[in-house]
Amino acid sequence: MKLGYFPGCSLESSAREYNESLQAVAPLLDLELCEVPDWNCCGATAAHSLNHKLALALPARTLALAERAGFDELLVPCSACYSRLAATRRDLLANEALRQEITSIIELDYVGSTKVVSVVDVLGRAAPTIRAKASVPFLRKVACYYGCYLTRPASLTTCARPEDPQEMEAIVASAGATPLDWAFKIDCCGAALSVSRTATVAELAGRIVADAAERGAEALVVACPLCHTNLDLRRPAIERHRGVSYALPVLYITQLVGLALGLSERALGLHRHHVPVRFAPGAAAPAAAPKEN
Amino acid sequence: MPRIGVFICHCGENIGATVDAAAVAKAAGELPGVVHAVDYKYMCSDPGQNLIKEAIREKKLTGVVVGACSPRMHEPTFRRACAEAGLNAFLCEMANLREHCSWVHEKLPETTEKAIDLVRVMVEKVKRNRPLFPINVPITKTALVLGGGIAGIQAALDIANAGHPVVLVEREASIGGHMAQLSETFPTLDCSQCILTPRMVEVAQHPNIRLYTYSELESLEGFIGNFKAVIRKKARGIDEATCTGCGACIQKCPTKKIPSEFNAHLGHRTAIYVPFPQAVPNKPVIDRAHCTYYRTGKCKLCERVCPTKALRYDQEDLLVEVAVGAVVVATGYEVKGTDFFPEYGYGRYKDVITGLQFERLASASGPTLGAIRRPSDGQVPETVVFIACAGSRDPAKGLHYCSKICCMYTAKHAMLYKHKVHHGRPYVFYMDIRAGGKMYEEFVRRAIEEDQVSYIRGRVSRIYEKNGKLIVKGVDTLLNSRPVEIAADLVVLATAMVPQPDAEALAQKMKISYDGDRFLNEAHPKLRPVEMNTAGIFVAGACQAPKDIPETVAQASGAASKVIGLFSKDELSREPVVAVVNRTAPPLFSTCVGCFLCETACPYQAIEREEIKDRNGNVLKTVARVNQGVCQGCGTCVALCRSKSIDLQGFTNEQVFAELVAL
Repeated sequence: MKLGYFPGCSLESSAREYNESLQAVAPLLDLELCEVPDWNCCGATAAHSLNHKLALALPARTLALAERAGFDELLVPCSACYSRLAATRRDLLANEALRQEITSIIELDYVGSTKVVSVVDVLGRAAPTIRAKASVPFLRKVACYYGCYLTRPASLTTCARPEDPQEMEAIVASAGATPLDWAFKIDCCGAALSVSRTATVAELAGRIVADAAERGAEALVVACPLCHTNLDLRRPAIERHRGVSYALPVLYITQLVGLALGLSERALGLHRHHVPVRFAPGAAAPAAAPKEN
Repeated sequence: MPRIGVFICHCGENIGATVDAAAVAKAAGELPGVVHAVDYKYMCSDPGQNLIKEAIREKKLTGVVVGACSPRMHEPTFRRACAEAGLNAFLCEMANLREHCSWVHEKLPETTEKAIDLVRVMVEKVKRNRPLFPINVPITKTALVLGGGIAGIQAALDIANAGHPVVLVEREASIGGHMAQLSETFPTLDCSQCILTPRMVEVAQHPNIRLYTYSELESLEGFIGNFKAVIRKKARGIDEATCTGCGACIQKCPTKKIPSEFNAHLGHRTAIYVPFPQAVPNKPVIDRAHCTYYRTGKCKLCERVCPTKALRYDQEDLLVEVAVGAVVVATGYEVKGTDFFPEYGYGRYKDVITGLQFERLASASGPTLGAIRRPSDGQVPETVVFIACAGSRDPAKGLHYCSKICCMYTAKHAMLYKHKVHHGRPYVFYMDIRAGGKMYEEFVRRAIEEDQVSYIRGRVSRIYEKNGKLIVKGVDTLLNSRPVEIAADLVVLATAMVPQPDAEALAQKMKISYDGDRFLNEAHPKLRPVEMNTAGIFVAGACQAPKDIPETVAQASGAASKVIGLFSKDELSREPVVAVVNRTAPPLFSTCVGCFLCETACPYQAIEREEIKDRNGNVLKTVARVNQGVCQGCGTCVALCRSKSIDLQGFTNEQVFAELVAL
């Protein structure tokens, strides 16, 4: 199946391994990712807290380019990008005058034929394939962490139970993992405060890591680059703040699926994490694949 | 020659500010057949009506057109005025210059033009009006009350005490409804069962009340004064006349672990059971889905222990037909279960319960005999969190409305808990405290001030279990506006009040209207609060909207008084807007050819077959005839009749075509 693909800025920088693992997993699930030509930044928090039209025009341009390229669906792995693109599509379709204004700003037409989908949407559909092809089932307890944007606002997402989502649980279960019932799966990780107020992030992300660890999770599973940053990169701050150290790796859901499909740690970018991806000897260690390079 | 009078009303500024009423009257005066045309500020006032009466007498009018508001508003007024002046009431028509013209257009010359058009149309119609006479139909002076909760009980007793027979239908094995489940009632803290059970007994013993429990309405046909209801009396599995209610069968029943509906699933019952000790009637029913005999073909232990041999395993549902003149719908409500709330554990945590479950915990007849013990391990909870507005006033949950009773019963719950567990710590999360009602605000203040219940203004975002405690995460929006976390032993959700799960199906069965939340729609939210739009059907209690016991009882008595008022007459007068099949001289008798397409088309089964016979009794022709008592004047048969033999009185084809031609 052919999908338009908008990696967004973070998948080219801080979340390279999300991109690498997604690209590695896609062909095994019969997905062909076609990057939108000449895409641009979605504007993220910066645009929509400063200028409403800019916040619409930036995602609209990417959407228009995807539409022009003829994609029915546009895969947006980053949760913030996903939220901005989906919100822009909804707002433009609901207001014809606004749509005309924004399309004249970006000098591209956009009628809304391209839908915005998340990695969780796409992997959810592929769950039967994952189950069938999982040669190295990921037989571990994991805590699926959604963060804010993947399920909310409820009017924007496809999530059936925004307050207690189950979509990631279904995907990791198809890869052999045991999803845990835990308390913080939709709590905020601190998001962009990662840069400006690290102490706040240490508190917020710390609660998430602590609850998952206390409930016996062997990994946190995420589908958002910023969540990953706060739970992984900010781990030293969390540990200092709580006075506890946690050996709890944070996996992108694509990495977990990739491990189950038998891909190598290197191909999935596990070596890029700050919290080492190491598991206690258990039912199934991640595939001891041959080191590349 | 017709002599028509036209009367144009200004309706103060409602019409007068937009439409040039004098110009309309002047133009109307020039229409052929119009002999009198005036305008007046308030035509519905006494002087206005006198204008009409005087003109009828002086100008010998043969028809009247009043250009004013909607006929829904004042047609009866003007028709009565005409009748008083000696003109047949049905020779009076209204042109709606307000809702159809002045209210929906700007002040423009075209608006006055349109008003003139509307008047001209009605002048052409009224020229073709014939005198009509109201149809009298007899009234069956028996009432059907659906639902045996406090609303149905009150309505049934009031009607029965006025001397009219009442058929009371209750779906469960006993009457009593939710009120029988409650512990104490606000704001007086008197025992719910203690005040209810005497009423239940009164119902059972009342000579005018026929009680059908474990029964449901199967169908309802007919119209005001003349309904035909079919009641499905579900098979109890026992012979009620023989059973003495001794309870031996219940004691011996081996299937004991069925969640008790009466105890809101906190306790157990047997497969043959009465819902609660004070049940009326005190005769058990067999729950066939759980009974060992019905599932496996073996057991019949109850039959062996029954001293009067009252068991009837092969009993079948019985359909009973009753003729009634009025119906009171009092089918009540349900509360949302804890499984409706993903953020509160989706029903996973045993110690997150609904308000109704707390009632059973606090009730002396409940599973803990009135001791506050949490369901998971039977421990007395040290910290209890009550969450008001669980689901209510929450558009994200699809329930926009306020459930109205939760503020009060939550205060009551916190108080009852504090009275029973003196060292306990009750917390209440709330949005607003809505305590409108006699002694209600004082009651809430008592909970806060005397019983030291901690009220926290804010909502709860999540409940999760940790180390045997329920962590309640919420926010205190007052003072410092800080997130709060309380480690609770028991959480009580004041879950939203919703209609019965099959409320929609019942409303469709009875052809009565309901709103987007599936509550029944009263005829007018202010001025006709107990009537439904369907004549002869009345409403009481929480099936119409969330309400507490005092309000429910008041509405039930209101509905009963409407029924009694209806039954105070022997005959009902109906508007003669009904279809008629023409009759002509022999040998044709009627242009009806007897195809009876009308019979299949009629939604009300109003078409009958009439055999036209000669003196010797030989059938010459079979033609259609309309039962005027049943016909609702919808006109479907008129549109379908191939030989144009049916017409609708008051809206004949001739009249309607004349209106169109005049446009």
